[in-house]
Amino acid sequence: MDKIPILRMGHFLLVTIQVDLYDQLALNLESDLVQMVNKTQAKGVLIDISAVSIVDSFMGRIIGNIASMSRILDAQTVVVGMQPAVAITLIELGLPLTGVHTALNVERGMTLLKEKILIGDYDEDDETGDDDNSAE
Amino acid sequence: MMIIALSKDIMQIIREQDVVPFRNRVKENAVKIKMSLLNQTKLITAASELVRNMLKYAGGGQTIIEIITKERLTGIRLTFADQGPGIPDIQQAMKDGYSTGKSLGLGLPGAKRLVNEFAITSEKGKGTTVIIIKWTNG
Repeated sequence: MDKIPILRMGHFLLVTIQVDLYDQLALNLESDLVQMVNKTQAKGVLIDISAVSIVDSFMGRIIGNIASMSRILDAQTVVVGMQPAVAITLIELGLPLTGVHTALNVERGMTLLKEKILIGDYDEDDETGDDDNSAE
Repeated sequence: MMIIALSKDIMQIIREQDVVPFRNRVKENAVKIKMSLLNQTKLITAASELVRNMLKYAGGGQTIIEIITKERLTGIRLTFADQGPGIPDIQQAMKDGYSTGKSLGLGLPGAKRLVNEFAITSEKGKGTTVIIIKWTNG
């Protein structure tokens, strides 16, 4: 059975999709990634799709699912490297990928993830502060 | 105004693993007639939607990939023919967001938007046939 490797780098999980996905492979990636987020307590997931030549409604839905599931598990997802032709096709197909963060390349994607996580930490501190006040 | 087929490629789709080779074959044909990358992507995405429908609702079927010409136009015609249960209400199936499965319901209407010509016929209990055409410069 084919598998898409998931690499761990600090607080992040990195996935580079190098093959054209068929449905089962995409479904496996979805469940593997969500389990990895849980196991490693990753704060961010970066998915590089620069080598993917087509994203249809099924793949689009999987990408959306990964982002929503990770969010529930307190991790941010950024999709990077989408080919322009794929972006145009997705919009015409009717799949705007709302709720999924995107960046042009891996480098910008990493910067975006780091920013998101910093903001997240700040919010958390803020909330605990409020809780202390209300307890007093 | 007549459409002339220059080549014909028949592929059976019975398993999910047949989808990737099918997409590749469509791409080879599109490259052969120098279709732009954007149009290739649109065509292959539409093909991917339709082939998935065929697998999901009819357990597979037959696809035909043809290089065609009509006057000065050159393009690819794809035929997806299955012997599944058929679609009871085509108009409803062509609406965005309608699905009897648990998908997003973008398959048929989305595929139609991505190609130049789209024809669907379906007979209850006999099957469904979808034919799409993408012109090289369409």
